[in-house]
Amino acid sequence: MKNCEYQQIDPQALPTPTPTPPPPHHHHHHHHHHGHDGDKREEPNRLRRKWEVFPGKNRFFCGGRIIVARQSGVLPLTLGLILVTSVLFFIFDCPFLVKHLTSCIPVIGGVLFIFVVITLLQTSFTDPGILPRATPDEAADIEKQIENTGSTSYRPPPRTKEVLINQQVVKLKYCFTCKMFRPPRTSHCSLCDNCVERFDHHCPWVGNCVGKRNYRFFYTFIVSLSFLTAFIFGCVTTHLALRAQGGKGLVFALQESPGRYPSLSNLVICFFSVWSILGLSGFHTYLVASNLTTNEDIKGSWSGKSGAECATNPYSHRNIFINCCSVLCGPMPPSLIDRRGFLPVDEYAQTSGTDIELPTLAAKSEINVCTQGTKGLLESATRSPLLSTPCPQGKPQSAHTCPDNSPTVNSDPSPELSTSCGARHTARSLSDTSPPRHTKTRSKKSKRAALHIPNPAFDDPASPTSPDAGPSTKGSGQKGATSASMH
Amino acid sequence: MAETHSLQDLQQPAVFSKVFIQRDYGSGTICRFQTKFPSDLESRLDKQQFEETIQTLNNLYAEAEKLGGKSYLEGCLACLTAYTVFLCMETHYEKVLKKIARYIKDQNEKVYAPRGLLLTDPIERGLRVVEITIFEDRNIGSGR
Repeated sequence: MKNCEYQQIDPQALPTPTPTPPPPHHHHHHHHHHGHDGDKREEPNRLRRKWEVFPGKNRFFCGGRIIVARQSGVLPLTLGLILVTSVLFFIFDCPFLVKHLTSCIPVIGGVLFIFVVITLLQTSFTDPGILPRATPDEAADIEKQIENTGSTSYRPPPRTKEVLINQQVVKLKYCFTCKMFRPPRTSHCSLCDNCVERFDHHCPWVGNCVGKRNYRFFYTFIVSLSFLTAFIFGCVTTHLALRAQGGKGLVFALQESPGRYPSLSNLVICFFSVWSILGLSGFHTYLVASNLTTNEDIKGSWSGKSGAECATNPYSHRNIFINCCSVLCGPMPPSLIDRRGFLPVDEYAQTSGTDIELPTLAAKSEINVCTQGTKGLLESATRSPLLSTPCPQGKPQSAHTCPDNSPTVNSDPSPELSTSCGARHTARSLSDTSPPRHTKTRSKKSKRAALHIPNPAFDDPASPTSPDAGPSTKGSGQKGATSASMH
Repeated sequence: MAETHSLQDLQQPAVFSKVFIQRDYGSGTICRFQTKFPSDLESRLDKQQFEETIQTLNNLYAEAEKLGGKSYLEGCLACLTAYTVFLCMETHYEKVLKKIARYIKDQNEKVYAPRGLLLTDPIERGLRVVEITIFEDRNIGSGR
């Protein structure tokens, strides 16, 4: 902290997020500063990074560089399937085809395979566009604004705000977990417990949400995967056909070929994958061309079904080429959650003693596990007395394709509290109480099918209990939507 | 209640309140902030200064998110390399963010700090708000 002039405030002397100056003086409401050195006893050299106190249900690896959702879903299965199929292809079909056709085949296959794996890992490990939760000051400010403009009745005012975007009225909803009005096209994923910008869907195959930042990876992944599966399918078919030609028919060819079981299983897997993946790619190509998200398409936000007047998509550039370019080739937005940043040392991460009496903040019983962040408790108690359990009628508003998890909503402390209390532990205990839809059973598969928003236009033969296996028209997407949102 | 460290006090003045400038979604999801002058700042800052700051910030963000030939080229190149270039290269957006950080620091030093205000870089608030912290003005002694 450099010395500065009498009047001037040195902006560098204050780390930005703190509302109280580092050596807190007693003109504020802190009473227990016994042992300011007590704060220092906790590893003065080791600063904590922000990912360690991230309030959402995510897991971090490599020091915060890699982010995945809490449930990795079926990502290992996806990777395994791709690996197994490709390896079988290389071992059993390539030698024959190289001999009889051309040696480009393994090269093309190899390139596609590498492309697929890289884009898959990028989709899974990239921050999809998570919005950090509002700081307590922001939340208090918003609450004040809501109160000021709210109705005079004793019932709490509806927490929506209307904005005019390109002459189209768009409703912004208030997110109770993140304590802010969601920007347009942002949705709260209850599986990850985060608001995600330009939320598309939560993909269990990939084990992550698909949002603004990783949509291009996801799209490249499914397109290259459809090429890969089509390629393998074609090669295996050619392989078997060539063998059948040379010999006495297909059955004999199958009997004599050394890799008949692998080739056949490859064929079967690829046959089913090709249709579903091709279908998904086609669906997403349509979405990209019209600058829609899966979320909006399922809910029919812009197709005029929900609104009285004809609603058009206000985000579309009205030109397919420009839409595609802006979604896929636009500038890459930065990650807003700053995983590897350091927590300010003087902040609520410090312990100031062992046991501090907790003020009576309503419904915050989970915080008794930790002693950190009591300064934050007092700060927020004085600054935002309105931080209490949200009213129940707010919940349906935040339920989208993923139903809002009520334990998550009710017990969310302010970010500072949850951060310094090790929210991942509290969140983990909360997720145990959530409905058992995350267990790896058949029911999960049906949920997975519903969550993955199976393309309305194509059958998904891989999900036997898919709720909207039905007519392959666009209309069935709406049925799928209602059934999905009922889960 | 040691209040003898007056120099420290002045270096770390008390926060009086915070003003949040929200996002303006009138033109879609691009990053723009509202230019409406908040009433809390009336006594501390001129309207023009404020509007100029916000307008410059808006222009910088627009430049970061601009869809043009250069960004398309960057995007196509990235796609061809399976987006691995993002691991090595700094994207255009990140470069502009650095420019914005420099601009905010500059504004703080020149305009806001002398008036007892502090501008927080919106990126630290998830690009949701521009946070302006108002400090108590000890010297004038008005503890409003």
